[in-house]
Amino acid sequence: MIKRTFEIIDHTADVGIIAYGIDVRELFSNAALALFSLITETESIEEKLRRDLEIMSEDRDSLLIEWLNELIYLFDAEHILFSRFDIENLSSNQLKATCYGESFDPLRHKIKTGVKAATYHMLKIDKDSGGYKAQVIFDV
Amino acid sequence: MPRWQEQLIKIDDYHWQIPQSYKSGMRVPGLIYASEEMLKSISAEQTPEQVANVAFLPGIVKFSLAMPDIHWGYGFPIGGVAAMDIKDGVISPGGVGYDINCGVRLLRTNLSETEVKPKINELISKLFANVPSGLGSEGKIKVSQKEMEQLMVEGARWAVRHGFGWEEDLDVTEEDGCVKGADPSKISDKAIKRGMPQAGTLGSGNHFLEIQAVKEIFEPKIASIMGINEIGQILVLIHTGSRGFGHQVCTDHLRVMEEAVSKYGIKIPDRQLACAPLESQEGKDYLAAMACAANYAWNNRQCITHWARESFSKIFGKNPEELGMRQIYDVCHNIAKMEEHIVDGQKIKVCVHRKGATRAFPPGHKDIPQRYKEIGQPVLIPGDMGRCSFIAVGTQKAMEESFGSTCHGAGRVLSRGAARRSLKGKDVLRELERRGITVKAGNIPSLAEEASQAYKDVTKVIDVVHQAGISKKVAMAVPVGVIKG
Repeated sequence: MIKRTFEIIDHTADVGIIAYGIDVRELFSNAALALFSLITETESIEEKLRRDLEIMSEDRDSLLIEWLNELIYLFDAEHILFSRFDIENLSSNQLKATCYGESFDPLRHKIKTGVKAATYHMLKIDKDSGGYKAQVIFDV
Repeated sequence: MPRWQEQLIKIDDYHWQIPQSYKSGMRVPGLIYASEEMLKSISAEQTPEQVANVAFLPGIVKFSLAMPDIHWGYGFPIGGVAAMDIKDGVISPGGVGYDINCGVRLLRTNLSETEVKPKINELISKLFANVPSGLGSEGKIKVSQKEMEQLMVEGARWAVRHGFGWEEDLDVTEEDGCVKGADPSKISDKAIKRGMPQAGTLGSGNHFLEIQAVKEIFEPKIASIMGINEIGQILVLIHTGSRGFGHQVCTDHLRVMEEAVSKYGIKIPDRQLACAPLESQEGKDYLAAMACAANYAWNNRQCITHWARESFSKIFGKNPEELGMRQIYDVCHNIAKMEEHIVDGQKIKVCVHRKGATRAFPPGHKDIPQRYKEIGQPVLIPGDMGRCSFIAVGTQKAMEESFGSTCHGAGRVLSRGAARRSLKGKDVLRELERRGITVKAGNIPSLAEEASQAYKDVTKVIDVVHQAGISKKVAMAVPVGVIKG
């Protein structure tokens, strides 16, 4: 069986993702990968640097949004692209992760979409027998 | 996405109501400006439901309004207008949008299409090189943290003070290019870090700089006061906002508002409508931060104005004054403003949220520049890059009906993904060039997202607001050349 990681969905003015995971950690990791796949071809991102992140929030929904917004911030302000995310610690309101990637290089990284924010709009995290599923709409 | 199935009540050909009884919790009815034909696309998604949701917000007066270019947004619809009583109302960052003070600015010139056409490639290349654009584009102006703080407080004046543009530009900019009450201490370090390198940039997505030729003049007298005198006259339209800075401000404050919703016991049907009382600390903090982002956006459009003038000047060998490159006006279409309006015969102070909507004040209003006192505030309505744009003016009817507001553009009909699947950027580029429109874009595939087919026909949008009487069309212009990020 092919393991599902994520898919891209449409939204009139913006764009969204559905991420999958056998557990919440994998869900968060795949959501982050989906985000960078909107921005560029993730295969073109090499692991040249690492960044440790710690996020705190009120609940799991907002933790997911904060996590994605932190990654958007790092790309917009510091021009870092990530392609691998090791989520070490995850509770309902706290997350610790090590992210691997490299600085944006306009010669090697083709920019697809400028993602500017992860929104609460239509945000959904569901669990079924197959695992977890999250839907996020991004402002672009 | 399911269609919205409920019935709208027809008031007349251009006004459609969602009764307050539609949903328990609505404090006022919804009112949508549209033609019968447009309602089909408006109801194709859950947009009217969003109009009804906005009616839940505390302190909302009269109506939750929607302009004909309305489309589905997050929380608030894009094209939505809502006025909240300052005594018991709320402020919602979602009612302003992420791109705070996204807006448009229009410049006139003495040049004609026949003078510009032979040099259009040169001119577009010059503009593309001179105006920083594109994703992650960094500005030509390097601001220190201290300068960034001044810029947030001063807005367009900061740019003029540094030699970017003319003093008179400020007179013909909404709020003179500076919302009062900006407080940099309400801005996060993250927002500053995103904002500093992007100061004075055009950005990407639907933002652009367009060279246009006047195609039709509907109101010659009014047009001439704006400096639009003849068919074929060249205009310059600049569309951009507050870039990553505004987005970070919105993101930061939405988080605060999330907590405020439970703290103040506010009931909202959608998390993205998070808000706080205007009188609360959370509300005041957001307004002070929003003002910073609005001012940042005005500084952007002011800097770009300067580089546009500089580019024209180089190509045509005359200075911008000789080329008559005066600014016609600058309007914002994502903002919340404190204004006085008459509600039930009483003059009250309200906070008007305009998200994808333009202010349209009537002749004689105290907040419009002296130059336009007689004709009303200029309203600038860009269409997509293949069709046309309109110049209109505000009316007394807008003041009475829509809190002095009108539409802001065409409004999307195709999602970005659907546009990319059905169209190729290269083909869009070729089609535009076949029609005599020169395009230079940093990202060709993304041109598909901004193709004509992805948008409503702006002509139909403007017809609704004109017929409904909330603005009066003055002139129409078509694109000759476009630069996009």
